[in-house]
Amino acid sequence: MIDSNQKVNDFMLLEVNELRKTYATGFEALKGISLQVNKGEILALLGPNGAGKTSLISTICGITNPSSGSVFIDGYDISKNFRDARKLVGLVPQDITLEPFEKVLNTINFSRGLFGKKKDSALTEKVLTKLSLWDKRDSRIMELSGGMKRRVLIAKALIHEPRLLFLDEPTASVDVELRQSMWDVVADLKKDGVTIILTTHYIEEAEAIADRVGIINKGELLLMEEKASLMQKFGQKILKIELQKRLNQLPKELSEKNIKLSDDGLSLTYIYDTKQKKTGITKLLSNLSDSGINLRDIQTDQSSLEEIFVNLVKEKVE
Amino acid sequence: MNFQAVRAIYFFEMARFFRTLLQSFVSPVISTSLYFVVFGSVIGSRIQEVEGISYGAFIVPGLIMLSVMTQATSNGSFGIYFPKFIGTIYELLSAPVNYFEILLGYVGAAATKALFIGLVILATAAIFVDLKIMYPFAMILFLVLTCISFSLLGFILGIWARNFEQLQLVPLLVVTPLVFLGGSFYSVSMLPPIWQKITLFNPVVYLVSGFRWSFFGNADVPIFVSLLAISSFTIACIIIVAWIFNTGWRIKQ
Repeated sequence: MIDSNQKVNDFMLLEVNELRKTYATGFEALKGISLQVNKGEILALLGPNGAGKTSLISTICGITNPSSGSVFIDGYDISKNFRDARKLVGLVPQDITLEPFEKVLNTINFSRGLFGKKKDSALTEKVLTKLSLWDKRDSRIMELSGGMKRRVLIAKALIHEPRLLFLDEPTASVDVELRQSMWDVVADLKKDGVTIILTTHYIEEAEAIADRVGIINKGELLLMEEKASLMQKFGQKILKIELQKRLNQLPKELSEKNIKLSDDGLSLTYIYDTKQKKTGITKLLSNLSDSGINLRDIQTDQSSLEEIFVNLVKEKVE
Repeated sequence: MNFQAVRAIYFFEMARFFRTLLQSFVSPVISTSLYFVVFGSVIGSRIQEVEGISYGAFIVPGLIMLSVMTQATSNGSFGIYFPKFIGTIYELLSAPVNYFEILLGYVGAAATKALFIGLVILATAAIFVDLKIMYPFAMILFLVLTCISFSLLGFILGIWARNFEQLQLVPLLVVTPLVFLGGSFYSVSMLPPIWQKITLFNPVVYLVSGFRWSFFGNADVPIFVSLLAISSFTIACIIIVAWIFNTGWRIKQ
């Protein structure tokens, strides 16, 4: 017999269908978002403030009620089978929300208990050690630094061994060192098979750790792509050519192309689109050779995810 | 049923109680002792017996009710309001717990604290006055029902309140006056006839009267009416809580 709640795709962990959320104020935070996330992958959701990232996470996790649409976690409907669905999910919220007078260990045990699990000292030690919190286990939350508090939030989300972890702006307002250590934690979790969805303002964060990138703006998912293919698809490349001798002006056959001569006359830059069948590089090099221009070095740069993101959001606004 | 979650909430809340033992426990004991000194000894010595009972003993049930009702309301409201205020309520809403389990954890802890305080006040009172309890089981039943119902009321207030001022508003401006005017320190029969009728609109009269009956066998209103009143109040609170949970009023957006 086929259970209607049974997952249809063994690889898929999260399925969101036409999810809409309109708040009592009339603000439409989510405008029919659909997405699928596979087991073990890291998805980064990028978007400006008020784009709907936190609303999306809050609705999936049960903190806000959806206006319409459906969400399945490992095949479990978050409304009809909320217990089975929520057991699989860990959430690290954007704001540092912790009881200041509680001890680290107590607040961790409380979180595990909420998920119906008995204390597990070995696991608690493992999680706290991984997050460099074991020495602070008997400290009160108010005695911890901001970075440590954020790690406590992660420990609380991990202590019931979730398979899907939401990190809502995990590195907001943390220093560079801590950000790097957070990325290391995320990489370790991925190794352990945890599926991670993170929202971020930091494009470099998505670029560094995500497998796929979703761009969300004004409650709409503008795109969802493999990070590499996204960068390839939308990315422009810059070819920088260093010359052996100073050039006063571009030869006539090159002047009409998308080529710029530097002010010092010692380098050329050529911007080309990787989406085009013909990039024009061969022709360019041939023309340079025909013009008797000798090259010292050649290098290429790919446009960053940030440039892609800004361009895409601007495009949609226009 | 997620018993682990109920247990986690219950003990987390009880830990808060023990962490603030001075505020939670010593404070009501001291204030009750002061009531006995002032009303029992200083003023009470000048008051004749009420319904054949020494005034010091007469006010014991009312004093217990006063503390139990205010403490249950405060604890019940603070328990759920604090996670709302600091934002940790996200954990409850995203955990595999249903509303009944949340209610059981918070109201259970608030009622336990109030019951504990009620029993401590009873023990304190026994030091000051010669006290006999005629119907101990009925006394415990009234005490437990009062703890539960007022913790439920507190839970509702905690969800309703948008700030600490509102949180204090009902216990201070509604519960305390109703208890004082509910026959805690006097018998309804001592009031002028018109006020004897008006006071029957005060629900606390029925609770204090029933509770006092369990001590001395005398009541201002029939005991079954008192039981009906406390049961109705509890059911009304449960209905309101059920509505809140079904609609997500002031919990979920």
